[in-house]
Amino acid sequence: MSVRRLAEVQPADFAFTQDNLHWAEGQIAKYPEGRQASAVIPLLWRAQEQHGGWLPEPAIRRVAEMLGMPVIRVMEVATFYTMFNLKPVGEHFVQLCGTTPCALRGANALKDVCKKLIGDQNHVTDDGKLSWLEVECLGACSNAPMVQINFDYYEDLTPESFEALLEDLRAGRPVKTGSQTGRSCSAPFGGDTSLTDESLYDGSVVGSWKSRFSDEPKGDATAADSAGRPEQNSRPEAKTAASAKDAEAQPNGKAKRATTVKSDTASGATTVGTAPKTPAAPGEPPSEKGA
Amino acid sequence: MTKLIVDGAEVDVPAEYTILQACEAAGAEIPRFCYHERLSIAGNCRMCLVEVKGGPPKPVASCAMGVRDLRPGPNGEPPVVSTRSPMVKKAREGVMEFLLINHPLDCPICDQGGECDLQDQAMAYGVSGSRFHENKRAVEDKYIGPLVKTTMTRCIHCTRCVRFVAEVAGVAEMGAIGRGEDMEITTYLEHAMSSELQGNVIDLCPVGALTSKPYAFQARPWELSKTESIDVMDALGSAIRVDARGREVMRILPRVNEDVNEEWISDKTRFIWDGLRTQRLDRPYVRENGRLRPASWPEALAKVAEKIKGADTSRVGAIVGDLAAVEEIFALKDLFGRLGVTNLDCRQDGSALDPALGRASYLFNATVSGIDRADAILMIGTNPRLEAPVLNARIRKRWRQGALRVGLVGERADLTYGVEHLGAGTASLTELVEGKSGFADILAKAARPLVIVGAGALAREDGLAVLAAAAKLASGASVEAGWNGLSVLHVAASRVGALDLGFVPGEGAKTAAEMAAPGALDVAFLLGADEIEVAPGAFVVYLGTHGDRGAHRADVILPGAAYVEKSGTYVNTEGRVQVANRATFPPGEGREDWAILRALSDALGARLPYDSLQQLRAALYAAHPHFAAVDEIAAAEPADLSGYAVGSLSGEAFVNAVPDFHLTNPIARASAIMAEMSALKRGSLAQAAE
Repeated sequence: MSVRRLAEVQPADFAFTQDNLHWAEGQIAKYPEGRQASAVIPLLWRAQEQHGGWLPEPAIRRVAEMLGMPVIRVMEVATFYTMFNLKPVGEHFVQLCGTTPCALRGANALKDVCKKLIGDQNHVTDDGKLSWLEVECLGACSNAPMVQINFDYYEDLTPESFEALLEDLRAGRPVKTGSQTGRSCSAPFGGDTSLTDESLYDGSVVGSWKSRFSDEPKGDATAADSAGRPEQNSRPEAKTAASAKDAEAQPNGKAKRATTVKSDTASGATTVGTAPKTPAAPGEPPSEKGA
Repeated sequence: MTKLIVDGAEVDVPAEYTILQACEAAGAEIPRFCYHERLSIAGNCRMCLVEVKGGPPKPVASCAMGVRDLRPGPNGEPPVVSTRSPMVKKAREGVMEFLLINHPLDCPICDQGGECDLQDQAMAYGVSGSRFHENKRAVEDKYIGPLVKTTMTRCIHCTRCVRFVAEVAGVAEMGAIGRGEDMEITTYLEHAMSSELQGNVIDLCPVGALTSKPYAFQARPWELSKTESIDVMDALGSAIRVDARGREVMRILPRVNEDVNEEWISDKTRFIWDGLRTQRLDRPYVRENGRLRPASWPEALAKVAEKIKGADTSRVGAIVGDLAAVEEIFALKDLFGRLGVTNLDCRQDGSALDPALGRASYLFNATVSGIDRADAILMIGTNPRLEAPVLNARIRKRWRQGALRVGLVGERADLTYGVEHLGAGTASLTELVEGKSGFADILAKAARPLVIVGAGALAREDGLAVLAAAAKLASGASVEAGWNGLSVLHVAASRVGALDLGFVPGEGAKTAAEMAAPGALDVAFLLGADEIEVAPGAFVVYLGTHGDRGAHRADVILPGAAYVEKSGTYVNTEGRVQVANRATFPPGEGREDWAILRALSDALGARLPYDSLQQLRAALYAAHPHFAAVDEIAAAEPADLSGYAVGSLSGEAFVNAVPDFHLTNPIARASAIMAEMSALKRGSLAQAAE
């Protein structure tokens, strides 16, 4: 982040549209008499939205006037929060996350794409379509690297997909928000890795916990657990891990995750991670023994 | 009360104290940058860290934690605060190292050098080196007006200036924009500050970020001789320290006087010093053939004596100006009394105040510190923000505490606090007296009502009637015993002293306005009176310091001493007797005013019986004992105006006594800084009117 200054070229005046004005009055009315200043951030935000994504100086004055605040106090707020843009932004304003998780997953390559396609930070392309800014963590680390463009997140980007995305935006073609690799939200890359046992969802395990008390031999829980161990390998994670090598043979969704060598390695790590736990886990559903 | 142990010593402090205050009460020294007694607590410099048992398990910012939040020990032992433990030492060193990371090493060219909190505390609490190898940040300097110079790279973001301007001065113009490393102190779009108290941010700034622009690179603090004195720019009599080098006053700083100015002074008080160097009268002048020519002292005095002796005593008069000290007024009255002259007046603005009505009729009886206790304030024909900015800040301080309503009859003005404008003229005043106005109820119910009468409201035909109405409003049924709320806010520093001396026309004699009228006098003696125009015809003797209006009109000019060049007694608007001390000498052949009058008395053959200031003061104290009680307010009986014919209210609107804050007296009118500020203010007013 660097020193943020107001734009050199400012509009002569700023006025809320009738709708926004009405909305702003509603916001101000939320707060008790004498506390109108509390509405400063919503009002500035709406002013920014109305003004094409950036906050002009007359809007700062106008908001100060509406809230009865000294104008420097509003200025302090507007300059403090980096989400208030003090200079014009592109129609598609790219906020590129450069914080550690995204950086580790290739955000620097995305920056190069921005530099190539758009130019320096805070520079608006000649057609007015694009500008970009590196920002701190946007809270989508499991989908790193990612960017926010206007109000949408675009995740799991690669330089290629990001470049295509920017070109699509520039050309006005429809784009897909969220993960660009097709996964849902922040679900695991290769599909689900846990809670995948079909029986969990067909009702067959309902009430089966009772059998734990009727079946268990008295006084030797360890033995029971040991006895159960072979069956524990049927636990979805363990099973997946064990069968990762011949994943192609799997008929269900788990097959997908083994498509690359990389995810193969990842599943190997899963095996290592879960294996030591297995003998120590006493709370296995006894039903699985029977399954 | 809360008990705690500070560095092994047990102290018992009020529960609302902060740890810092408790430590000070215990005699421990706590370094600080952002904390200031008269401002809100920010807690952002972290320099005041202490170790506390019974508080959080980490160094605690003592300025921001109350003693009531500390836990006692398991057996009820008082909390233990340590200000000298190794943890505290290390914490201070760490904070200091962080502060110095971005602070430039430019002490040799910094005006704060030698009186810098950061410099001192870095020596006392810091370490000798830094582990920071990166570049220091640099910040663009900001323009915030012609009085305060900024070097923002030096700023450590204590926000004292921001808090002062918002809280005390009441004009929230400064702020901190940006965040983190990019935080910068500025005014909105670098507009000039408009407060009359803005100079105080220079004193508040613990580093050299905000320094005095006119004083920039003029002197070092250790080469200045410091003289404690009293300000005469308004009638408040703020405590000041005059710093002089050789014969020149280099700067003026405030001193702490809780009863008067706390620790603030107005910009006029602070930046007036360049006016002490320009337009000075440094030798006697005599007018010949319409032109003033330099003359010797004997020649000038002989000329004055000749004119006074040759004139009928009823056609000789004396007018005292706004900056005269009690000593010379006393000497002048004594001298003219010996000559039989009764045309004496100190009210060159035509004020209706009269010592015959009793001392309480012309004092700020509630006292300045009494403002803190007032529970309703009515102002009549005054704008304290311009007439006494520091007093206005005191009213604002009281207003901020809440439960105070302030009414104003007179010109509308932004006084920096909530004021109910009740009307422009005497009609509203009559309504108040008759109880018809809503505000009358508030005054009537108040136990300690404060009615401030401006000098402008008294300098009218119906001045006495206004005063009588104010006295009535101040004496409602529920007024507490011992409280006298009738308060006259003077604008002239000499006025109360002169009224105490009875420097008003004798029986059947002429007032100042009558003396100035055409054909009224043969000889007019002006003791620094510049705000009155004596009509052509009279022979005018001007004893003063600056080539201002009085000197232009004069036929003989006698060069006197300005307030920093003589030891003089001044009585402020509340009747407090204070003594100003000499910091430097009058330029050229200028002499102390009383000595000139003593020399003139010789030439007139009516020798004044004192050869030294001590002898003069002895005579003064013998005649008026209350002047001997320095820094005291002589008790005055509440004014009873009922026995006097006060006349009736005229119905005209009130006009304030001070239209232009920066140009009220000869010294201010000679000051380039004041001229610049005045032009700036007029410019912004014109802009606001558009």
